[in-house]
Amino acid sequence: MTDHEHAKCRELLGSLSDYVDGTLGEQLCQEIERHMRECQNCRVVVDTLRKTIHLYHQTAEPADLPNSVRQRLYRTLNLDEFSR
Amino acid sequence: MSEANDPSISIEALRRGDRQEFARLVDHYSPLIYRLALKMLGDEQDAEDVLQNTFLQAFRHLNEFEGRSTLSTWLYRIAANEALMLLRKRRPETALTDSLPEEEPLEEPTQFIDWCCLPEEELLSAEGRARLEAAIRLLPETLRVVFLLRDIEGLSIQETSQALGLSETAVKTRLLRARLRLREMLSAYYAERLNAGRKAYD
Repeated sequence: MTDHEHAKCRELLGSLSDYVDGTLGEQLCQEIERHMRECQNCRVVVDTLRKTIHLYHQTAEPADLPNSVRQRLYRTLNLDEFSR
Repeated sequence: MSEANDPSISIEALRRGDRQEFARLVDHYSPLIYRLALKMLGDEQDAEDVLQNTFLQAFRHLNEFEGRSTLSTWLYRIAANEALMLLRKRRPETALTDSLPEEEPLEEPTQFIDWCCLPEEELLSAEGRARLEAAIRLLPETLRVVFLLRDIEGLSIQETSQALGLSETAVKTRLLRARLRLREMLSAYYAERLNAGRKAYD
């Protein structure tokens, strides 16, 4: 990779979060996509970044409060009468 | 994320001191606050302390809730502050080391192995999930809290900025740093898995 190309990688790095979230302006999107066609490393970074976020979304299991924790919380808040 | 949607809790009733309405608030949001605290602190007892303090604070300060943010964002704000205070009390040195991460240059990626082809059941195996959790805990807390609110709790950039009292630009920068660091850590781990798989195949 030449220094010139690497400078482009650095320049685009700051926009990658917005890019994978789909909130980046069209012009920058096109610039990233044009660059990725020529830069294997940036392609991998974008793909694995997207996958990383996807995996964390998958692991965001439904929030669950253990019953004992819930009971103590209701007691602390004097809400025992509403605890089912 | 749908869980954070307001289940039509009446702010008026809360302000009037309606305890049944407060119980509805606790019932709906306590699992979310506990999940955030647990992932933020990695310790069940600490998470329970933060959970209890969050709702005690909320009860005391209901009159100050002005409705400029949603109730859930307001609760996340209290919880995030409680969790950060607890962490800083335990490890005061961390408060200085990562106070303004957006002023430092972005860390450039060093891992370029494409592990996207690994099957999802391997990526999300029990060991894989443990790695994902461990990686979150290795983030500096100022990045961790942004990542948890945005990518685990599903708050928008605007809601995250309201919850943390940060500008949207600061939230975006911290989110990018957190995601890039997690990608680096996961890439190092999954690259090993890929290599192990290839060796077994050879």
